[in-house]
Amino acid sequence: MSGNHEAVVRDPLILGKKTYHQMTEDICRPVEGKANKYWWISFFIAFAAMLWGFTCLAYTIGNGIGTWGANKTVGWAWDITNFVWWIGIGHAGTLISAILLLFRQRWRMSINRSAEAMTIFAVICAGLFPLFHTGRPWLDYWMLPLPNQFGSLWVNFNSPLLWDVFAISTYFSVSLVFWYLGLLPDLATVRDRCVTPTKRFIYGILSFGWKGTARDWHRFEEVSLVLAGLSTPLVLSVHTIVSFDFATSIVPGWHTTIFPPYFVAGAIFSGFAMVLTLMIVARKVLNLEEYISLQHIELMNKIIILTGSIVGIAYITEFFMAWYSGVQYESYAFMNRAFGPYWWAYWSMMTCNVITPQLFWFKKIRTSVMATFIISIFVNIGMWFERFVIIVTSLHRDFLPSSWVMYSPTYIEVGIFVGTIGLFFTCFLIFSRVFPVIALAELKTIIKKTGNQYKKKGI
Amino acid sequence: MAKLIYGIFDDEEILMQAIPVLKAKGVVCKDVQSPFPIHGIEPLLNFPRTRISIASFLYGLSGTSFALWMTWYMMIHDWPINIGGKPNFMLYLNLPAFIPVTFELTVFCAAHGMALTFLLRSKILPGVTAPIPHPRITDDKFVLHVDVKDESKTNEIAAMIKSAGAQEVLLKSMQFS
Repeated sequence: MSGNHEAVVRDPLILGKKTYHQMTEDICRPVEGKANKYWWISFFIAFAAMLWGFTCLAYTIGNGIGTWGANKTVGWAWDITNFVWWIGIGHAGTLISAILLLFRQRWRMSINRSAEAMTIFAVICAGLFPLFHTGRPWLDYWMLPLPNQFGSLWVNFNSPLLWDVFAISTYFSVSLVFWYLGLLPDLATVRDRCVTPTKRFIYGILSFGWKGTARDWHRFEEVSLVLAGLSTPLVLSVHTIVSFDFATSIVPGWHTTIFPPYFVAGAIFSGFAMVLTLMIVARKVLNLEEYISLQHIELMNKIIILTGSIVGIAYITEFFMAWYSGVQYESYAFMNRAFGPYWWAYWSMMTCNVITPQLFWFKKIRTSVMATFIISIFVNIGMWFERFVIIVTSLHRDFLPSSWVMYSPTYIEVGIFVGTIGLFFTCFLIFSRVFPVIALAELKTIIKKTGNQYKKKGI
Repeated sequence: MAKLIYGIFDDEEILMQAIPVLKAKGVVCKDVQSPFPIHGIEPLLNFPRTRISIASFLYGLSGTSFALWMTWYMMIHDWPINIGGKPNFMLYLNLPAFIPVTFELTVFCAAHGMALTFLLRSKILPGVTAPIPHPRITDDKFVLHVDVKDESKTNEIAAMIKSAGAQEVLLKSMQFS
């Protein structure tokens, strides 16, 4: 036989004793059917938010970033907070599709497609912020090492901000390719089921004429494995480099060596929270509860406990080191974080990120869909506050007391943030209607391996 | 003249058992089309292991070299600038600061080079029409391609494929790349 391993002790990953054809039917249904009322309502809200965000962006382009609350002391504020938040959310997708592939975690197959899509949309949202924060977005190409008319003055490869340009563009394009290659076989499935010639033509183009021969599959699997191997250090490097934006400066509260691992753990933490938020809704709306079962939710919650605890330890370590280093600026920065004018942001962050995920130690909570949904939203909020705390509290009290200021966002900044949330959900909603949201072909490979259920058929 | 016929199977396990049986009877099993990867089928069809990972390594290596050359040329050779008291004298002194960009370009070239090689090598490109002998091969059917050297034996071979477990045998030939 082919050496299919049947786990005796494990529960099946896919419930409902599915056949291959039933799986195809279930997963293609959202693509082939008509959208229901809830989809249209959500789409309308998300689309309106997106339009509002674009209006605010247009206003920013016309009037400059003086329309934002950022000032000369707090030069990085709401926008860079959002940038880091969105980039962090993207990391879960790559963790699920790449790192869990290397660890042979088969449960990832039910969620990797939509988590990767989420990565791509989150990186698009993230990218908008630094691009517009330059103030003159039409000159953004100056960030690229192009021969130019300034005596060929090149970009500075010693700067972490330039590393970011390379890291994020590589991350975006590699994630996109990884995601799309995985989509090809499933788009071919949709293509072969299409009834109208127009749809068939469109999916024929989209599926690149995928034919699924043994050689194709062999190469496909090798490519997926190598791409996973490449994406794993890539995803770790991306948030490491984002943390270098802060850590290589001399601002108290930023200048710490703990930043890279702490940022990466935080990114995965927030990303999994966003995956849970989306998946809990999607599995219900798209009728995929047998594919994304309680077992998947519980496993994701376990990753949230792990990364949430790493983040919690990092917060405490940072605080301890600020005192233990004996550097008065560091001690002041941290005392100011916890008890200064932005204490509410700090304690929101501590509550949401350190305390709430610890509730998942209780099996009852981590296997409850409602509790998971609520906690995942808390984590999303907490991780947004983490970036806000790091950026704003460190900057608003700088070395020169005469330039101490407070920061509050204008409605333009808030509008852009709301707009990116709208953009993210608009993209995700369209994705859920156009592409199969579960990696169908991959999932078919595990149906026989996940328990005793198949034995009874006697094959 | 050689001709392809297709055995349609319902399950990959039956197909995997059928191939050695058919091969023993002298039937030429050319290829298999399946809705998902069947692990362990390549040795049965005598397919060598793909070299695409080696290609990826070479693409990565060229990415590394390009990045090192680019940073050396732009920062050290063409227009060295002293930025914040940190001069750009020599590549090996500045190398730590160039590592992130070098790493990213390595990954960029390795990943995209490999993906493009895969698409070109397997002829999976936008606009290509897929040769689909059975409408459900991307759903739940498994197709075995059998090469018939002598057309007079077509019916005999078709019967053999059927007795090995195929649900049906398609005799019309399709153009395969």
